[in-house]
Amino acid sequence: MGVYRIEGESGEWEMVVGLEIHAQVVSKAKLFSSAPTEFGAKANTQVALVDAAMPGMLPVINGECVRQAVRTGLALAAEINLHSVFDRKNYFYPDLPPGYQISQYSQPIVGEGKIEINLENGETREIGITRLHLEMDAGKSIHDMRPDATFVDLNRAGVALMEIVSEPDIRSPGEAGAYIRKIRSILRYIGSCDGNMEQGSLRCDANVSVRRPGEEFGTRCEIKNLNSVRFVMKALEYEAIRQVEILEVGGKIDQETRLFDSGKGETRSMRSKEEAHDYRYFPDPDLLPVDLEADWVEELKRELPELPDAKKERFIDVYGLSVEEAGVLVAEKEIAEYFEAVADGRDGKLAANWVTGELFGALNATGLDITASPVSALSLGGLVDRVADKTLSRRIAKEVFEIMFDTGGEADSIIKDRGLKQVTDTGAIEAVVEQVISDNPGKVAEYKGGKDKLMGWFVGQVMKASQGKANPQIANEILSQKLNV
Amino acid sequence: MSALTDLTIAQSRIGLEKREFSARELTDAHIRACEDARELNTLVAETFDHALERADAADKRLAAGEDGLLEGVPIAVKDLYCTQGIHSTACSRILDGFEPPYESTVTENLWRQGAVMLGKANMDEFAMGSANVTSYYGNVINPWRRRSDNKPLVPGGSSGGSASAVAAHLALGAIGTDTGGSIRQPAAFCGIVGLKPTYGRCSRWGMIAFASSLDQAGPLTRTVEDAALMLSAMAGYDPKDSTSVNLQVPDYRAALTGDINGLRVGIPAEYRLDGMPAEIDTLWRQGVDWYRDAGAEIIDISLPHTKYSLPTYYIVAPAECSSNLARYDGVRYGLRETGGDLTHMYEKTRAKGFGAEVQRRIMIGTYVLSAGYYDAYYLKAQKVRTLIARDFEQAFAKVDVLLTPTAPSAAFAIGEKMDDPIAMYLNDIFTVPASLAGLPGISVPTGLSEDGLPLGLQLIGRPFEEGALMNAAQFLETVAQFTVRPPYLTGGV
Repeated sequence: MGVYRIEGESGEWEMVVGLEIHAQVVSKAKLFSSAPTEFGAKANTQVALVDAAMPGMLPVINGECVRQAVRTGLALAAEINLHSVFDRKNYFYPDLPPGYQISQYSQPIVGEGKIEINLENGETREIGITRLHLEMDAGKSIHDMRPDATFVDLNRAGVALMEIVSEPDIRSPGEAGAYIRKIRSILRYIGSCDGNMEQGSLRCDANVSVRRPGEEFGTRCEIKNLNSVRFVMKALEYEAIRQVEILEVGGKIDQETRLFDSGKGETRSMRSKEEAHDYRYFPDPDLLPVDLEADWVEELKRELPELPDAKKERFIDVYGLSVEEAGVLVAEKEIAEYFEAVADGRDGKLAANWVTGELFGALNATGLDITASPVSALSLGGLVDRVADKTLSRRIAKEVFEIMFDTGGEADSIIKDRGLKQVTDTGAIEAVVEQVISDNPGKVAEYKGGKDKLMGWFVGQVMKASQGKANPQIANEILSQKLNV
Repeated sequence: MSALTDLTIAQSRIGLEKREFSARELTDAHIRACEDARELNTLVAETFDHALERADAADKRLAAGEDGLLEGVPIAVKDLYCTQGIHSTACSRILDGFEPPYESTVTENLWRQGAVMLGKANMDEFAMGSANVTSYYGNVINPWRRRSDNKPLVPGGSSGGSASAVAAHLALGAIGTDTGGSIRQPAAFCGIVGLKPTYGRCSRWGMIAFASSLDQAGPLTRTVEDAALMLSAMAGYDPKDSTSVNLQVPDYRAALTGDINGLRVGIPAEYRLDGMPAEIDTLWRQGVDWYRDAGAEIIDISLPHTKYSLPTYYIVAPAECSSNLARYDGVRYGLRETGGDLTHMYEKTRAKGFGAEVQRRIMIGTYVLSAGYYDAYYLKAQKVRTLIARDFEQAFAKVDVLLTPTAPSAAFAIGEKMDDPIAMYLNDIFTVPASLAGLPGISVPTGLSEDGLPLGLQLIGRPFEEGALMNAAQFLETVAQFTVRPPYLTGGV
């Protein structure tokens, strides 16, 4: 991939992007209350007294959310701050019951880290992580139920979010997409966020500016409300061009917050710098600072599961996969787990071919997720075994796979029931060969007369007579022996 | 039966245990006293039926020998505490009619020990005030009167209803809350004992917040022993309040040994103010003499950052209050003024729902937290607060308790100091430093002013050493022999 540039009238421009990802922490209870966090519950049924900011109610930190934030920080190769502080971010809005969001401002729980993103051309780039902090989500304002009123659902109010802030290291929509996908992959690997963008478990704000390549950063705009990778990429593309068009005619960029309209595919101004809130951050006096023990953090580090990059290296080393194959197989934790179950004790390369080939093809065609695959990893492994021991030819194995995918059956029983076993018994094949030779004296004469190409025709006859079950290689060998006497 | 209202909590407990009277009789006597004293406006919600039910239940437990520490003891509860299904408004219009579906931890603890609630006590709106004149439900009247004129006096604040009710013998005790002196100062103005425990000793869960880093629950009683009894019942670690401290609650009454021999009493030089009434100074010197004569060691000490206490307090407390009170927005409960857009709803609701003093503090707090001012005000105040706490730490290396006046004057008349917020804020000059340091403090009535009004002395103790503090306070109580009854009880009003 070449370097991403925006062509202006007067030359090239480069986009500079930093992303803020809001990832919902996987936890049974909210960040400061015991209310449940399940998605899709009836409005206002998952609200504790403190979530509704009833008078005199107090927040108590949920230790599980702290644990998940620390694990995430470790997975992002980031510094863990043993001392961190919760602050109040004050602003009025009906879906924010206390009139402040409890967040972390000057002393977040996780400091600087970095991740490697994988670009489409196979290259990798390092993107810096500025910080990760814990904060509570707001509720949801519903404006379209009645024209004269807004309704508020507090189920989400108080749910734990991790805000992961990147350095302004991203230079193209493609890199932004790769960054989000990588963060999502890491979060899902360690189980700290389910990464579900449709349900809002992962949301994104983007800070975008443009500059002449190599020059100082320009004035940035923040784009809010980006809830899919595709929208992030589209919004960045649109916003960078918008800014270039302004700068090209001698205009200047106003620092402002913009909203992405996914319907129109454009960004529009939400509020200017002058209208920006003064959040009046100060340490929340209802909560003590979070003080972690270094030993505990070390323990969490030791217990972290294998992360995508390490897994990729191992797949290349242990299973002899190509970089591309390994990359595809580790992107999703579930796919990697599926692949390893298939590859366990088998030829890794062969397993990879079947997973990325037949399985992905069938899943794509049916729109199924790998976790919903009708063919389990164990079953696919059974099929791969029959290919490896030459019971099945590749062609018949594909047929067996199709049957397995449709019926959910096991390879061995399908082979048995349908008599699909490849014939490798040389005696049986020899008998067929002899029959084919005696039935076709004319062709035999032609072959012996020098028409070597007829060998293929003979093999075909043998396969036909055996209803495709003869091992073609063995048939070829026996035919050569018999005809070349 | 009027004698029942003259008992202390400790005496009433003995009488109940000996079956000299029932809890119902005791409660009934206090209900009648409350009914007769409505002119004092101490209760903003009377819960008499509820009290009688509780008293009957207490009689059953007494009969079964299952009585708690405060079984059958009728008390008043400051309206800042949330009490389930019962008026809990912080005496603010914005919460008028609010009945929470939950019970505060402190009141829950009291009910578990058998206490009986007579009603919700009047207070300054959201505990912001030093005279109980900012309540939405009207001011409270002090049962004391000056000799020189017969003007109704303020009871002090913010726990003015609690203090006045105990002083007028409408309740055997009461609970208040103290943020900068809101228990100690009204106790001094009303001639009773008021204890602010160490920050973290009592749970703040279910107590409507004013300034979270300062608010603390405490008892108002007629004796130190009663304060010890009540604190034993109220205190305790609460996992629902992250700032409550996980320490065993001692039997405070057992700490009242009467032995103060060798006690080191610190006298902070900075508490001697220019222009302080001579009678306050005289009383303070008297206190020093009493301790010295009883074998205590008097040590002059310095708390150099004392003069910054009030300015620091009036930055920290409003800052926290500006944020704590943001939830009163008309959206979910309490007052809502509709019309216009969302901003209008907020503005109208809060303009109508909050009184002038609350609005003033919200504005001060919003200002000191604003971008560009935060460092100069809030951050600086936090640093000074640390220095004030360090002053005390250093002092407590040399002394066991500190002795100071509680307030710079006796109770004043309703209407006085009203137009000058700063003059009003000065009421808390001796109580605020201990609040900022989170230390326990107690006010004990020790004498009368020339005009016949009660004056109190304050003792400040080491963190979580309320037992030692109350022991020192009981000495003062014993030696001062403050037995004068307020004119309201003697027919002088």
